[in-house]
Amino acid sequence: MVEIILLGLNHRTAPVEIRERLAVSKEEAAAMLDAIKESASVNEVVLFSTCNRVEILMTAGDKEDAVKTAKRHLSEFKNVPLSQFQDSIYVHEGDEAVRHIFRVAASLDSMMVGEPQILGQIKEAYFNATKRKTSGVILNRLLHRTFFTAKKIRTETGIGGHAVSISYAAIELARKIFGQLEGKKVLLIGAGEMAELAVEHLLKNRVKDIFVANRTFKNGVELARRFGGSAIRFEEIPGFILQVDIIISSTGSPDIIVSKDQVKHIMPGRRNRPLFFIDIAVPRDIDPAINKLNNAYVYDIDDLNGVIDENLEDRNKEAIKGERIIDEAVISFRQWFDSLDVVPTIIELRKKIDSIVTAEIQRTIQSMNLPESDREAFDRMKNALINKIMHHPTLLLKRDGCHGGNSVYIDITRKLFNLDE
Amino acid sequence: MDNLITVTSLLYVLSSVGYILFLFFQKEYLHRLGQVFLATGFLCNSIVIGYYYAKTGQIPVGNLHETLLVAGWAVAGVFFAFQYKFRVKVLGGYAALLAAVCVVASFLVPGRIVETRTIFNSFWLIAHVVSIFVGHAAFALACGAGLLYIAQENAIKTKKHGFFYKRLPSLDLLDSTGYASIATGFTMLTIGLITGFIYAKSVWGRFWSWDPKEVWSGITWLLYAAILHGRLTVGWRGKKAATMAIIGFAVVLFTFFGVNFLLKGHHGVFTR
Repeated sequence: MVEIILLGLNHRTAPVEIRERLAVSKEEAAAMLDAIKESASVNEVVLFSTCNRVEILMTAGDKEDAVKTAKRHLSEFKNVPLSQFQDSIYVHEGDEAVRHIFRVAASLDSMMVGEPQILGQIKEAYFNATKRKTSGVILNRLLHRTFFTAKKIRTETGIGGHAVSISYAAIELARKIFGQLEGKKVLLIGAGEMAELAVEHLLKNRVKDIFVANRTFKNGVELARRFGGSAIRFEEIPGFILQVDIIISSTGSPDIIVSKDQVKHIMPGRRNRPLFFIDIAVPRDIDPAINKLNNAYVYDIDDLNGVIDENLEDRNKEAIKGERIIDEAVISFRQWFDSLDVVPTIIELRKKIDSIVTAEIQRTIQSMNLPESDREAFDRMKNALINKIMHHPTLLLKRDGCHGGNSVYIDITRKLFNLDE
Repeated sequence: MDNLITVTSLLYVLSSVGYILFLFFQKEYLHRLGQVFLATGFLCNSIVIGYYYAKTGQIPVGNLHETLLVAGWAVAGVFFAFQYKFRVKVLGGYAALLAAVCVVASFLVPGRIVETRTIFNSFWLIAHVVSIFVGHAAFALACGAGLLYIAQENAIKTKKHGFFYKRLPSLDLLDSTGYASIATGFTMLTIGLITGFIYAKSVWGRFWSWDPKEVWSGITWLLYAAILHGRLTVGWRGKKAATMAIIGFAVVLFTFFGVNFLLKGHHGVFTR
């Protein structure tokens, strides 16, 4: 009997030093798929690799041999001795393998629960496997169920909800304050990766103007050009606070750049329109006391991290709902998988043909008023007919061990005769 | 008619339940459910009021029972009108609950038949009553938006994003909803006062008679005028505006009920 086997390692079982050495590129994956499929014990194989995991999904008749083959190829292709990663490898089979792939795709197994990239990565890996023709009836079905389940979990639970990165968390807060960000004005003080990322997110939300203030005016001009904004001098900052809505600060200054008194005097001139300070700098650029002023909000890096922790906690709560959806999906996949067993299929097929023939004979002889002996003759004819019809399909379905397994035929038979109703 | 009032109460209560569950679970169908119940309740409420009007030939604000019935009707109706422009879904819980409280209370207060007197029959009286009720309902909504604003602002300021942060809309939306409600309420109150003056002149021969309810209505009007003035000139907005909306509604409630119970005056005739 063919089983589904999954073998892999991830961020929980292997340190980054090993993961980076075993990460499989797209070209390597194609070659590895072919090599593993060569093995007599492996029927189907799909392989995917991200920065946090390498997973090989197979269907095989001989489980031990398949696992050995996969390990050997991984070791040979990546030129890492098996002894170095042997302990990091986990092997799941049957329902556990199915559950594992469902969880991975739904991002329940991710380092950051709910991150959206993993599903795309698995889709791409599956696409590669179909191109190499290494995936067959079982894995095709399994992966389609995987995508379906992952999507369902994403839409029905809040697992992907709420930001878990600094710049996104800042944007989400800005939305809670301003509603629409369209038409808002932004002042960027200083520069830095996180601050620039936040500005880019804001631009995607169609903010109107970006002003860039930098101690070195030349650097400010360059940065402003990148965002399609305008550079201002450092001394002009107070004047611009009067007209902007969002201020992102990320300078290396040891002192506070915007003080409470400054803002306090600016607020009436703004007619108290809300002002949102995002202070990414350490040490801080924005006086935290500004947060006490009416209609002014200050979030520093720790506050944003606090928001992220809270959001992550929420995602973990939602993940429990996701696990329930997966439980159901595993059961329904198991039912389909069991139906691939050959004997039940043959019995069902015989029953189906029997019911058709019996019904038709009944209809024909109903009005004929035949003697008992003639009826028996019809019965004999019926049985002979069914045996003749069933002969070749039965032989074909029972002929086990041909490369690729007989699950294809079973699946086709079930579809041709609509045995799954 | 009592049956229909029971049905109305029930619908408002169900609507409140729907909206409050929506606040907790944030499922769109719960919001829809709340909406449908509120709309149906509003319809039944309108029928009851229409029936009273047909029976007595006057707008039914002759006693507390009737007044509460119209108050619930006004709150539900004004909320629907606002829902159109400002989609603050969670405010539905507040509006439905308020309407439910009004109508249930009305159901519990025995409704006495008020003898028809000619002084109740006037276009000016109808205009006066309708605009005052609509205005007060708008002030009630402003108070609700203010409460939500304070909850949301508190979550953002203290950086402890608990229950409300995710469930409530943006500060900006809450603030503009509150502002629009006050602007509407103030306009209706002004119309209500003017029509009231005209009516008073036609019945008692003078515009203003220092009746307690008149005095308190004047105070309410001045208060909201100050709130609007502050917003337009020096930008009273955000938390300050929200707090004022809540205080304003407290004064409205006193004008509406307190005056009837604590002070005497010619309005007492209507609501005793």
